[in-house]
Amino acid sequence: MSRSEALVDAEWVEAHAGEPGVVLVEVDEDTSAYDKGHIPNAIRIDWKKDLQDPVRRDFVDRIGFEKLLSARGISNDDTVVLYGGNNNWFAAYAYWYFKLYGHHNVKLLDGGRKKWELESRELTRDVPNRPATAYQASEQDATLRAKRDEVLDAIGKRNLVDVRSPDEFSGRLLAPAHLPQEQAQRGGHIPTARNVPWSKAANEDGTFRSDDELRTLYSDEAGLDFAKDTIAYCRIGERSAHTWFVLHELLEQPNVKNYDGSWTEYGSLVGVPIELGDAR
Amino acid sequence: MTNANQTSGDGCGAPAGGVPVAAATDTGNQAVVEGHVLRDDAPVSTGYARLLGTGDEFVAEVPLGEDGGFRFFAAPGTWTLRVLVPGGARADRSVSAEYGKVTKVEVTV
Repeated sequence: MSRSEALVDAEWVEAHAGEPGVVLVEVDEDTSAYDKGHIPNAIRIDWKKDLQDPVRRDFVDRIGFEKLLSARGISNDDTVVLYGGNNNWFAAYAYWYFKLYGHHNVKLLDGGRKKWELESRELTRDVPNRPATAYQASEQDATLRAKRDEVLDAIGKRNLVDVRSPDEFSGRLLAPAHLPQEQAQRGGHIPTARNVPWSKAANEDGTFRSDDELRTLYSDEAGLDFAKDTIAYCRIGERSAHTWFVLHELLEQPNVKNYDGSWTEYGSLVGVPIELGDAR
Repeated sequence: MTNANQTSGDGCGAPAGGVPVAAATDTGNQAVVEGHVLRDDAPVSTGYARLLGTGDEFVAEVPLGEDGGFRFFAAPGTWTLRVLVPGGARADRSVSAEYGKVTKVEVTV
């Protein structure tokens, strides 16, 4: 994967969104955004209702993913273009999720919903009608997803990238500043983790910074050793999906995993090591 | 308690439907920064509010609500509030937050 394969711009979407074989999907945490207006021909996936198991804290299983995509009229060979709010956090999460279940042709709209809105491009309330398909998903690709035991074992051995804000990393905040301060039992970060906030990878309009800027950010400024494997985490795994996208898809680093349990899991585990304080 | 029902609970993202801030905020021990964005005395419902820390470090961003509203749950301290709206307009305001207090900011673009 590379930038040209993983990203499209607004002009590409305006030219291709209605074509057969191209499915535009809005993925937001604020799912009412779609109802207020979305890019023409876009369907919606709700990151929580559609992608999370309703009982356990986990993803929908392979059969559930197949049912979801079949019902939304997505075929295995379709080009799926994802976009959303929050600088594409949840779209990047969905991108990682699609890859996890083996969908090959996935792309992100660079800048997501924000750039589209700030450029006053067309939005519609018309909902496209897509006939159902018989989607077949693969088993989850374990090379893309880290779980807690693997994270604990990675301390001091692999690159651990904490992509939360410096205040969350240090333990001063437990959640982003636009949410009530609750969630994990303890604040802080996983020992030996580097703090590279996701936002450093994005421009103000939500687009990704250039490959050269990104390489400098992670390698020279943050001190990541690209010869080592990497695990990214945040609070629930969607901001770190944004960073996973940067490292794995744009910079083409081979062994990068997203720890979707993230701080809400790690910060509530009994007996695990926690480090406090600012990044060194 | 906070107005958790105005967010999506366990997500990191934007409060659902933007932030209608007309109702009084029960701050509890939260350090809240909230307000509205106006243009010609009318609410600006398409746009974004960002909260920036020292050195313009990104902290959080929310889409504006139908009433032009935004709300942040910050830590005590001084922050920069930046508003982005279509047409390239932007506005910066310096704001202070403290626990148990709602800091109101009205921004005209």
